[in-house]
Amino acid sequence: MSDRVFGGIGLALAVFFIWQATLIELSFITDPVGPRIFPIIIGIVLGLSSLVVLLRPDPEPHWPAARRLFEIAVAVAVMVAYAELLPEVGFVIATAVASAFLTWRLGTTPLWSVVTGVSISVGIYVVFRLILGLSLARGPLGF
Amino acid sequence: MDALSSLADGFVIAFSLENLFLALLGCLLGTIMGALPGLGPSNGVAILIPLAFTLGLPAGPAMILLVSVYYGAMYGGRISSILLNIPGDEPALMTTLDGYPMAQQGRAGEALALSGVSSFVGAFLATWGLVFLAPLLVQIALLFGPAEYFALFVLAFATLGGIASRNQAKAAFAAAVGLGISTVGVDGQTGVPRFTFGEVHLYDGIDFLVAIVGLFALSEVFIFLEHRGEERGDGKPGKMEIGRIVPPWGLISGCIPTMLRTSVLGFVAGVLPGAGASLGSFLAYSTEKRMVDRKATFGTGDPRGVAAPEAGNNAAAGGALVPMLALGVPGSGTTAVLLAMLLALNITPGPLLFQNNPDVVWGLIAALFIGNFMLLLMNIPLVGLFTRVLLVPPRILMPIVAMISFVGIYGISGSSFDLLMMVAFGVMGWVLRKLDVPLVPVILGVLLGNMMEANLRRAMTISDGDWTALFASPLSIILWTIAVVGFVLPILVGPMIRRRMAMRRDEEGAVQD
Repeated sequence: MSDRVFGGIGLALAVFFIWQATLIELSFITDPVGPRIFPIIIGIVLGLSSLVVLLRPDPEPHWPAARRLFEIAVAVAVMVAYAELLPEVGFVIATAVASAFLTWRLGTTPLWSVVTGVSISVGIYVVFRLILGLSLARGPLGF
Repeated sequence: MDALSSLADGFVIAFSLENLFLALLGCLLGTIMGALPGLGPSNGVAILIPLAFTLGLPAGPAMILLVSVYYGAMYGGRISSILLNIPGDEPALMTTLDGYPMAQQGRAGEALALSGVSSFVGAFLATWGLVFLAPLLVQIALLFGPAEYFALFVLAFATLGGIASRNQAKAAFAAAVGLGISTVGVDGQTGVPRFTFGEVHLYDGIDFLVAIVGLFALSEVFIFLEHRGEERGDGKPGKMEIGRIVPPWGLISGCIPTMLRTSVLGFVAGVLPGAGASLGSFLAYSTEKRMVDRKATFGTGDPRGVAAPEAGNNAAAGGALVPMLALGVPGSGTTAVLLAMLLALNITPGPLLFQNNPDVVWGLIAALFIGNFMLLLMNIPLVGLFTRVLLVPPRILMPIVAMISFVGIYGISGSSFDLLMMVAFGVMGWVLRKLDVPLVPVILGVLLGNMMEANLRRAMTISDGDWTALFASPLSIILWTIAVVGFVLPILVGPMIRRRMAMRRDEEGAVQD
């Protein structure tokens, strides 16, 4: 069933991709192929392979239970928040919070998660900022 | 012997203090990454690329660092295979078959030392193979025009699923997704935006480093979140008695013929498109079993069963560098990632690389030789040190991996948009791995898409729009034929090979060497 859904989505994606490719505006500079043909070829390959997956699906993969899916969704949300907030609050704080959360969800006890999160954050800061001189996001506190 | 004198020049470059230090660092990091289950050569190198890039290393030293990591990871993969019966990376899978039984008999130290020596023999011979074969291949590649290059790219994609590919439709799907992603952005030939939907960030296209780190490194974090609490999620220390680390000479000398045979086999498997290190070690093990296993001791802790896959996979790792350097078309996941590094440094691999940047190529090859000796020294006396690393549980390791990925990508662009994109690629990688869609073709598509399209359009411009020009020369007909055979063959013989390889395999095996 998963593969049929997957093939269906792939097929829709291929149609959308080809449709968008035909809308690419042409410029006054041009070559015999133009900017549209290559994406259209790819769209056709995408569509054909999706069709095969749809018609001849593999055995069902092992999907995690709903709780685990929720867990992954929350982790994604944390990473998105991390990406958005990194320039606002600075590297050390954002990283400590995000890594504490991740290690907690992977099974570290709450107290140790905080310790681990702070250590990871400070460790990376020391190695990459202080030793290697990489530019990391600076927050209002300067780190 | 041109190759030898170029190699001597390479040694002069590699022997600078900075390069020696980078090689040492790379070997050390690589061995650790290889040893840790969940981090293999491809995602290990992927995490380090943005770092090498933001540190502003020039091309030569950056490549020396990364190939040392690559070789190191190939060595390191065996450690957890032998001690924990968990392969540190996919090519080390076959090493568990005899390595773990040896460890159970209290001969873990011998197994580690022997596999270290076999890794050295495999990698050392393969590096010699690289020295002589790559320039030959360059001679052939110089005959390639745009039409032949286009056919070569098609060949690379067609064979990438590998002879053991489970589902060619999914491999083709993955390649198309990657190629589709590469078309996003301003078209290089006519200057019109494609698939940007008015988003300014997309005009430059999607950075392949973002795609690589997201697909390889972040998806691994999600896999671990999913499996938390199951045996794979928790690092179980197991028993770690190493025993003696200096193997008796008789043990090593008894395995020398095995090592030599399997090195050759592994090297060939590495050079051929669509094979790679995993298949190299599998072929090495099964051939050796058929040839010398008269008393049926393979699988019960036979030293030759440890030597064979290790020599095989390390030789294949060296072999896989040949098409990457000489043709600019990688045949495996990790070499695709290395290619990404070269492209990020504005160096186009292929025949011109040998002419324009001989210092990079030969410095790199010389560094491989030096790295090999370092790895041998590091992996025999210091192996106890690396086994400690295995005690770091994934629940701590995985957040580190995630955070270093973010640091690397943020260091390149300093934009939150790229980080969001990376998270999206991480989720995509996780879903694709669950559905058993291979990730390497996606990466390769993102990497090579622009060059593939440029060659197609150049060929068409030369022929003035005549599509039959793609099949005009004998060389391109040969390439097309191999591509078709390479795509169809796995459908016919794949199930058979897979059944033999299926002894143990991860459910999410889509990240290959």
